[in-house]
Amino acid sequence: MAARGGGEVILEVRNIHLRFGGVKALSDVTFDVREHEIRAIIGPNGAGKSSMLNCINGVYQPQQGSIQLRGRTFTHMNPRRVAEMGVARTFQNLALFKGMSVLDNIMTGRNLKMRTNILQQAIRFGAAGREETAHRKVVEGIIDFLEIQAYRRTPVGKLPYGLQKRVDLGRALAMEPQMLLLDEPMAGMNVEEKQDMSRFILDVNDEFGTTIVLIEHDMGVVMDLSDRIVVLDYGRKIGDGSPAEVRDNPDVISAYLGAVH
Amino acid sequence: MGPFLETLLGGLMVGMLYSLIALGFVLIYKASGVFNFAQGAMVLFAALAMARFAEWIPRLTGLNNKLADNAIAFCGAALVMLVLAWLIQKLVLGRLVNQDGITLLMATLGITYFLEGSGQALFGNDIYKIDIGMPKDPIFILEQTFQGGILVNKEDLYAAVIAAVLVALLALFFQKTATGRALRAVADDHQAAQSIGIPLDRIWVIVWAVAGVVALVAGVIWGSKLGVQFSLSLVALKALPVVILGGLTSIPGAIIGGLVIGVGEKLSEIYLGPMLGGGIEIWFAYVLALAFLLVRPQGLFGEKIIDRV
Repeated sequence: MAARGGGEVILEVRNIHLRFGGVKALSDVTFDVREHEIRAIIGPNGAGKSSMLNCINGVYQPQQGSIQLRGRTFTHMNPRRVAEMGVARTFQNLALFKGMSVLDNIMTGRNLKMRTNILQQAIRFGAAGREETAHRKVVEGIIDFLEIQAYRRTPVGKLPYGLQKRVDLGRALAMEPQMLLLDEPMAGMNVEEKQDMSRFILDVNDEFGTTIVLIEHDMGVVMDLSDRIVVLDYGRKIGDGSPAEVRDNPDVISAYLGAVH
Repeated sequence: MGPFLETLLGGLMVGMLYSLIALGFVLIYKASGVFNFAQGAMVLFAALAMARFAEWIPRLTGLNNKLADNAIAFCGAALVMLVLAWLIQKLVLGRLVNQDGITLLMATLGITYFLEGSGQALFGNDIYKIDIGMPKDPIFILEQTFQGGILVNKEDLYAAVIAAVLVALLALFFQKTATGRALRAVADDHQAAQSIGIPLDRIWVIVWAVAGVVALVAGVIWGSKLGVQFSLSLVALKALPVVILGGLTSIPGAIIGGLVIGVGEKLSEIYLGPMLGGGIEIWFAYVLALAFLLVRPQGLFGEKIIDRV
């Protein structure tokens, strides 16, 4: 674990304030993510975990504070620009292209890597054809990795939930991201599916060296997977550190179990 | 049997043209959730551009080759539609992202009036003709099988073939190219499409441009048949029952819906017409659409909308 967590800081989140009208979703949240680590964000319902992830992903623009990715500051970010900077994400409530096949869904993840223009594609000879084949190879690799070979041609909407979650991960992986944001990758899964997903997350981190930021409710999973954990409660950071440190933090315990008055 | 087949064939050919116009609606609705009321005005605008370019080009260049003139005029009109698509996205829809469906609908209603007005201001408001050398003479087929054979209007036949080829090309484009895949992705889920770096506004420009070119082809075909005039923008009203029948979100639905309406219209005119005093071709499609709304509001192939409460 130590070998994995020791990289340099690639994402710095500083003093983030995010408000929706009068509701404070995040107040003064600061943390960093080091290269090649698995960083978890946990907290009770409504703690602001998804809001935090959406700030990093460029969906929300915090009113105050700064986010730096590899020294580049995020200003006026949108999800597309964040994607161009090498950040991919998965969604809490699956946001797959339901009518499209597994293969096509994952192929869309290659969109940013496509270099041919619409006219070349329309003719589909030469460059566009070669490009399609090259990307297809990468995608087949991902399909093998996620063990969904049998469902290549199946429309995603017809797959069971656990497999849809894998396709969601596959589409993000197809972007060959430097950083992967996972929003509750195991929500609604049974034990077996959770084990599979945990294995995939660890393998992605190991084999591709991808930095991972994840939100998860299952404490067992979080403690096993992550190198460091940020704990949020009511939009504030109440804990930050290794799983052991977080587990023993009295603020964290009271946030989860209720304060002793 | 002879007259029945003749009517059926005629219906299929007209139906193919309805499909083409309906396709314009479906493309835009799928990708951006906008019900594009301006589709008919786009047909008129494109046809006007085409008709006038074909008239101006020989005068300006002295080029008197009909094929070349028409080809250049077509490309010119296509270019106009591309620019129009870009302008609509930049000036109107790009500023209305995340607004209600009804707001977007009203915006397209505004675009309708703008296109109808500016089209006639730019290109004139007479009746113009588009002469792309469509054969006007009918042919007879299967003369051995039936007495007198089956009369086929050659112009309709050509038009149907052109429409069918265009529809097939579009289907291939959507299914087989990376841009087509991105278009389908946007149609399925905007948020997810953005997260993997698909640029929404560029996709919308592409969709409007494709719908513009579809409108151009429809305009050229109808225009060469009926002449280019204001009433061309009403042709799109025929596509409304088609999209209701086929479902607003389904490309196969638009095609089959168009064929069903085309055939239904012609057959009902022949077989039900005499009982009802004739002239039912004009309203048959709407009654069919109304019946469909009562029984299957999502259309033949549309997505059933189930809201979680």
